[in-house]
Amino acid sequence: MTIVLGTLLAAVAVLLVALPFLREPVAGDDRLDRPGEEEERRLGLVEQRDQALAALKELEFDHRTAKIGDDDYRELVGPLRQAVARALRAIEGDQPRIPQE
Amino acid sequence: MADLGRAALVLSLGLSVYALVAGVTSALTNRRRLASSARNALYCSFATTLIAAVVLAVALVRHDFTFSYVAAHTNRTLPTAYALSAFWGGQEGSLLLWLLVLTGYGALSVALNRKLLRDLTAWVVPVFGGIASFFAFVLVAVATPFGTQTAPLDGAGLTASLQNPYMVAHPPMLYLGYVGLSVPFAFAAGAMLSGNTDERWLVATRRWTLAAWAFLGFGQLLGAHWAYVEVGWGGYYAWDPVENAALMPWLAATAFLHSVMIQERKGMLKVWNMVLVALAFELSVFGTFLTRSGVVNSIHSFAKSSIGSWFLVFVVISSLFSLCLIMFRLPLLKARTKLESALSREAAFLYNNLLLVALCLTVLWGVLFPILTQLVKGETRTMGRPYYDFFLRIFGLPLLLLMGIGPLIAWRKTSVRALLRTLAWPIAVTVVCGLVLLAVGAGSSKPGIIAYTFSAFVLASIVLELVRGTRATGSLFLLVSRNRRRYGGYVVHAAIVLLAIGIAGSSAYGRSKEVRLVPGQSTTLSGYTLTLRNVTVTPTPQAIETRAIFSVRGRWNGTLSSGDNQYFFPPEPSREVGIKTSWLRAEDLYVIADDVNPKTKVVYAQVLVKPLINLIWVAGFVFLLGAGVALWPDAREQRRLVTRLAPARA
Repeated sequence: MTIVLGTLLAAVAVLLVALPFLREPVAGDDRLDRPGEEEERRLGLVEQRDQALAALKELEFDHRTAKIGDDDYRELVGPLRQAVARALRAIEGDQPRIPQE
Repeated sequence: MADLGRAALVLSLGLSVYALVAGVTSALTNRRRLASSARNALYCSFATTLIAAVVLAVALVRHDFTFSYVAAHTNRTLPTAYALSAFWGGQEGSLLLWLLVLTGYGALSVALNRKLLRDLTAWVVPVFGGIASFFAFVLVAVATPFGTQTAPLDGAGLTASLQNPYMVAHPPMLYLGYVGLSVPFAFAAGAMLSGNTDERWLVATRRWTLAAWAFLGFGQLLGAHWAYVEVGWGGYYAWDPVENAALMPWLAATAFLHSVMIQERKGMLKVWNMVLVALAFELSVFGTFLTRSGVVNSIHSFAKSSIGSWFLVFVVISSLFSLCLIMFRLPLLKARTKLESALSREAAFLYNNLLLVALCLTVLWGVLFPILTQLVKGETRTMGRPYYDFFLRIFGLPLLLLMGIGPLIAWRKTSVRALLRTLAWPIAVTVVCGLVLLAVGAGSSKPGIIAYTFSAFVLASIVLELVRGTRATGSLFLLVSRNRRRYGGYVVHAAIVLLAIGIAGSSAYGRSKEVRLVPGQSTTLSGYTLTLRNVTVTPTPQAIETRAIFSVRGRWNGTLSSGDNQYFFPPEPSREVGIKTSWLRAEDLYVIADDVNPKTKVVYAQVLVKPLINLIWVAGFVFLLGAGVALWPDAREQRRLVTRLAPARA
């Protein structure tokens, strides 16, 4: 009984491991789906945009909760808004190169 | 059945090795079907390990003594729950649990991220495969739980101190934490191996790390409570090497959870975060080495065994692998920005990290010192409690203070004037609290009053944060739900404050007295008068129970008993303490009857009064609540992640 169960277990495991090759004995495209140069660039820009937006949001919140004075706020908010605008422009400029649905 | 367990483990080893080899090959040669095959091997490795675990669990519950492991760790009188807990009561079962959790975490984390992070998971699979191969190899070749024998009439039984409800939950909780740290490690290594070190691996593993850290933290508190009620020496943490083994990765993971926020917001500390992730993982494996090898003397460690050297080799190889990988990818891990001011939230996180890592390395040195002196000088010199207590104060008290200051500092930079204005209320609360504490006589212990006033400061800053945040957003619910990680973190800070108050209260202001009593004699301590009434001896099927019965008058009226149980299977004594908890004062009256002579009725006992100790256990539940808030899925964040990655996949 144990031998049968063990053999069955091994057979099922081998079948599952071999499944990708059994499903597609000859693959049209067997390359791994890696981000290309464009996608990597887009991911970097999106990351920069998200960080700039998050920083701006944090600054607004810190100002509203009185953690930062008016002078410091005025000094910091301008460059941060510019950083957000730059990141958004960069993504928009990059847009045509991104494959669309 | 043992054959089935053995076969399942051999299969698990084969599948793990395949996941490693096929995974590396597929990632290097860029082959999609081979990568899928390696991934399936990891899933199957979990399934076969699960089958092996079920076989062992069934054998334990059925008291199948043909399994050597079952006979060595259970007997027929052992209740089912404890029979099942013998799964992790012995070395081989513990290792099987490790492999089960590892492959389970690996399979689930890869399955959940395989679509969004295909390039990373191609490398994550072989990393998991490599770790699993090691554990499966040890289980197959060195310490198998499926060794068989001719069944004896009864088993040896489970060690008496492990027959405790806390031991049913504490070890699995620790394992979920220890092994959980392999998820951020595997993804970090995957990111470095693939060369894509952007923040996706951080986003993918954020909750896994938080969950592992929460399990590890709560598991340690469960263990501390077990030591307090079961080991019976009046304390809860003895700086034992095995206890430290769980503390060190927790400290490294705590540092990581803080520093990762700087990487997410500023793109800084990428190298530091990789080092912390690797350190947390290596320390968790090193902890297993400490527990299993027998190189250190500990009440928790197993007898000297042959697997210690295997673990040492694995720790060395995996540490070198991590170090080389980080060095190799240094150019990719360069920060894009710099710290703008030493007076900013980022800087506060950095100070917090330095203190946490310093405390972690100090504890590590305390653990390593006896091993090194044994190796070099041939004599064992241990680091005692004063060493650890000193460094806990040196690093722990500033950490406590930073917990109050950090949340009140703005990101990027803040002026001294703005900071002082923000800190005015918490400082006022701290001063008032300090004066009141001095007036009621808490000044008898300097570390105690410092810990109390710092705790008041942190609590005041948390309340201030919540009040100001609620004013800014208009609703506390909205405030918390918009940033669960931050406010869950504040709840965890509150738990740490409760822990600090409990530790300071019970250690700095605790009272104790050693007495010799005969029936009718009394002793008084901190308003409690204990009178020895009688000495009893009660035989039960499991043990002979000897008890000293005390009547208590004063701040509480009632009866307490303490003594020992002399168990039959295995034949060993177990100290049984008497504890009366006052939840109103969070205080315990704790009686340890060290020596109870049933013939002469002479009792040597230690009486302890431990103020505020119960706040430590309350802290555990507050900690879980905070971790739960931080872990709760955030639909907006998920949508952001999906939309960030989706266009390029479409």
